[in-house]
Order: sequence, then C-alpha cells, then structure tokens
Amino acid sequence: MSDGAHGFGNRGMRDLSVVNPAGRGTVDGTRSSGRVHPGSAEAPFLAARDMRGGYGKADILNGCTITVDQGQIAVIVGPNGAGKSTAMKAIFGMLDLREGSVQLDGQDISALNPQDRVRRGMGFVPQTSNVFPSLTVQENLEMGAYIRDDDFRQTMDQVYTLFPAVAEKRLQPAGELSGGQRQQVAVGRALMTQPRLLMLDEPTAGVSPIVMDELFDRIIEIARTGISILMVEQNARQALEIADLGYVLVQGANRYTDTGAALLANPEVRRTFLGG
Amino acid sequence: MDILNALVAILNFVIIPATAYGAQLAMGALGVTLIYGILRFSNFAHGDTMAFGTGLVILLTWGLQALGLSLGPLPTALLALPVAIAGTAALVLLTDRVVYRYYRQVKADPIVLVMASVGVMFVMNGLTRLLIGVDEIRFDDGARFLISVSQFKGWTGLDEGLALRSTQAITLVVAALACWALFRFLNRSRAGKAMRAYSDNEDLALLSGIDPERVVRLTWIIATALAVAAGTLYGLDKSFKAFNYFQILLPIFAAAIVGGLGNPVGAIAGGFVIAYSEVAVTYPWKKIAGYLLPDWQPEGLLQLLSTEYKFAVSFVILIVVLLFRPTGLFRGKSV
Repeated sequence: MSDGAHGFGNRGMRDLSVVNPAGRGTVDGTRSSGRVHPGSAEAPFLAARDMRGGYGKADILNGCTITVDQGQIAVIVGPNGAGKSTAMKAIFGMLDLREGSVQLDGQDISALNPQDRVRRGMGFVPQTSNVFPSLTVQENLEMGAYIRDDDFRQTMDQVYTLFPAVAEKRLQPAGELSGGQRQQVAVGRALMTQPRLLMLDEPTAGVSPIVMDELFDRIIEIARTGISILMVEQNARQALEIADLGYVLVQGANRYTDTGAALLANPEVRRTFLGG
Repeated sequence: MDILNALVAILNFVIIPATAYGAQLAMGALGVTLIYGILRFSNFAHGDTMAFGTGLVILLTWGLQALGLSLGPLPTALLALPVAIAGTAALVLLTDRVVYRYYRQVKADPIVLVMASVGVMFVMNGLTRLLIGVDEIRFDDGARFLISVSQFKGWTGLDEGLALRSTQAITLVVAALACWALFRFLNRSRAGKAMRAYSDNEDLALLSGIDPERVVRLTWIIATALAVAAGTLYGLDKSFKAFNYFQILLPIFAAAIVGGLGNPVGAIAGGFVIAYSEVAVTYPWKKIAGYLLPDWQPEGLLQLLSTEYKFAVSFVILIVVLLFRPTGLFRGKSV
C-alpha cells in the first residue's frame, strides 16, 4: 500500500519505538474458509475460470482463465500491470474474486482461505519477501513443512539435493544469503509442503542470467516429478522455451493462449511482447 | 576489613535488590518485546495486566490460606500463580477477541493498536481496582530470609550485615526458569519457530500453512504468563499496590527498548541495565564512602537522585539510547 492510503503522512507506521511495521501481512489471516464443492470432472488439474476482481473498486482481472494439467509447466507473461501477479494471488485465495471459480483436482475451492489451499496441495512462492530472514535455511524449510505431521527429513534431503548451494548454508540465517540462493530457499520452502501445484511469482527477478538458467533447469526437474508448475515471468522468452502452456495476459484478460513453442513462433506475440 | 564491609554493603543495598528488581523488569520486558515482535505494537496495557494478574494471585492466596493450604517455607502465592495466569490469560484473550482482532482484520496501522491498548489499559486499571482496591497489600508468607543480617554477622564477624530475602531468591530462580523455558520454546519447538516466522513475515507464514490466529493467541498467553509471574514476584518482593504496576510500565518499556525491541535477549539485558542504574543512582553512598575513605566527611548523603525521581532514570536512559543507539544494545527493530 502507498503512504497515501494510511493518511496523516503515514505517521501511524513510522514511530518504530512503539510500532513494528516490518513483516506486516497484507492478507486477512482471520478469514475462515467456506465450503468445498465438487467441480466438473472433466476440468484440468487446476482450472481458474473467468476470474474478475481487484483490490479496490476497479477490477484488475477481467475474466481471466488459467488452467494447468498435471506435470505441466504453465507460464503467464504479459506487459507490466497486466494483472499477472494478481491472477496468481487470486488463484491462491489472497484476493477476493467478484466472479469466477478456482477448481483444483476436481474440487471447487473458491471459498477456501490461503491456509487451507496450502493443505489441499498448493504451494506459492511470492516474488519478494519469500524467505523468513531471521530463521536459518533449515528452519525456513521446517516452516515449509509446518502442515506435515509425518517425517519430512526425506523431502528436506531432496530439496538439498536439488539445491546443493543452500545445503551448505543450512545453519545460516536466510536473510544473509545472496539473491539467487534466497530464491532457492524460497522454492525449497514451498516444496517442503509436497505441493501438487507449485506457483512461482517471477522466480528469476533480480538474479543473474546464469542463476536464472539454473533455476529454470531445477523447475523442469520439479515438473518431471509430476508437480504442476504455474509461473509468472518477466524473462518471457526463456520462460516460454520451457513452458508446455503459455498465457499472454493483457489488462486482466487472456490475449493469447497456446503452447510455449507456438507462442514463441507467433509473429504477433514476438513483435508485441517479446521484443521482436 | 573496611573494604570487605564496603563490598558487603554494596552487595546488600545495591547488587542484590537490583538483581531481583532487574529480573522482574526483564520478565515484564520479555512480554512487551514478544508482543512488539509478533503483534507489532507496544502494549501499554502490559503493566495493568500485571496488576490484574497479581490481584488474582492475592485473592487466590487468601483463599488458599483460609483453607489452610501452604507451601511451607515458600510463599503460598506460588501455588496460586498458575491458576491466576490461566484466569488472566482468559481475560487477555477475550480482550484480543473483542478489541485487537478487529484492527488486525482491517489491517489497521500499528499505531491504532497502540492507542487501542491505551484504552485496554484504562479498562484493566479499573477492573483491578474493582477486584482488589487501591490499598497497599502485603501477601508474602513462608520463610522471610534465606540469610538474615544477624546470621551473616555471626558467620563473618563483619560490622556490616547482609540479608538475602527468600522472595529475592525465588525471583531469580523463577526468572531463570522462565527465560530458559522461553528460549527453548522459541528456538526448538515447532510452535515457537512458527512464532518467529510470523514475526519475520506474516504473509509467508500464512503461505506455509501457519494459522496466524493461533500464533497470536499463543503470544498473548506467553506474554501474560510472564507478566503475571513478574507482577507476583514484584509484589512479593516489595508490596502490591495497583498504581505501582501502572508506573512500572515505564522502566519495562525502557528495558525493552534499551535491549532492542523485538529481541528477547535484549529485553533481559535491558531489564538489568535499567534496574542497576535506578538503584545505583538513588542509593545514598555515604556509608560506603565512609568505609573506603574514612577521612572524608561528605555533607550530604551522596545520593545522586532521591528515590521519588527513580523513574527519571529510566527516562534518561531511554532518551540516550534512542538518540545514540536507536536499535538498542542487541539490534532490535526500533530505529
């Protein structure tokens, strides 16, 4: 939120000897979930249809539809302000939808709060502030496994095998790691829940091209284990290269939907969204 | 011999009382710093929560005494403490439900929660007065001294006596146990790590499936337990007077800020820094000067500040820290 939204020059957030705005949430954690209905049986693993909604009065999403099938990599690209991240948040229940539905594995979960969507197998890696900075790498992963009552050491070993660089720093606070390593911890934290759908909001933002390639390789590896991946990417060309399915979003609505390769081959998409 | 006498006098009049007082402040400051770190505001109602809880302890103590129950050499209040903690925690959770929860829901600026806590403070203040009144109450029973002045003089043959009251020893033992348990809980247990995670990043905690309301409830319960224990120990050590608990809020806040808000280790260190300074500045040093420099006859009592002004010490330390090291001694969050 901007300073203006708080009034009085944002003074209510400034006197740090009595208030602590660091790490404040934006999502209402007190909201309880509604009922889950059976959805249509034919639908793909994740089917978010005709989503409309936004933060204030004006809608950001104008009838956007995103689907991902099991083990697929789906990528959302589009210009700034197209509502890509908002679509992700809507799918995760962090934004109230005015219209539309979200269906996961044959169940309509539109009324669930984010906590309960995690329990149903969704994992989400936000674009920024996606690690617990004062917790160690290991504690970050443990928090990822918070909802699990079984022995999660095997999953943790898998994460460390996937990201050997962070395995070496498991006892260091995550806030001390480099940007790329932090992204790896963030993805690792989400994997610890053993999600069936992993949602990544610009996982390569602010990391070097080498780290980016490596992250994409890891994402392909994750998808091969049967986890569906939905990600928003600024590096559209590279992301579409690994995508089974690509969505080009403009002003909160689907402009183009096709396989990643077909979108890369489409001259219109190349000219308008991929810079030639 | 004079140097030994001086040392004993310093121990008896400065070190021992200040250590007990510091432990009481530290436990209070731990609660304040936990609420600041996790609920993200300074809870002005903390002092009055202490008063209410201690009031409950006193009522329960009287009840137990009437039933003829006691802990032998230990004060009966220790037996009443767990029940009083449960009762006060229930009240605090009710307060959260009817006051603070709404502001969390609407994502109000934290300063709104601070102001709401001032309101809660006045209500708690009134409740405590209705419950137990405004008079000074002494409720310590059991053995008064671990070491009494005459015993000490008999053992050592020194002119200067030294007393260790049982309430002072109990304060230190309870405070040490509470700190040990708290740190173990925060660093080892799943729920404790979830509290630290929520303090770091609320949204991400939610995305990990941590129930934020559960973290909030747990924080209130722990802070209340620390507050009631601190209040009871303070009351046993000195005496209970509702208004004193309102006043003690200032040194507690000062301790939390001096140590670094949001940092539990800092809260403990801050408690002792404030307590030692307060006692050292308000203690008349004439007697000790007499032992060390027998030829010097000072005119006054060598007391830097009269005891009525002891709260000024917290204030001054607070201002100096905020000016020169605003994050506190242990790098808290305040800037």
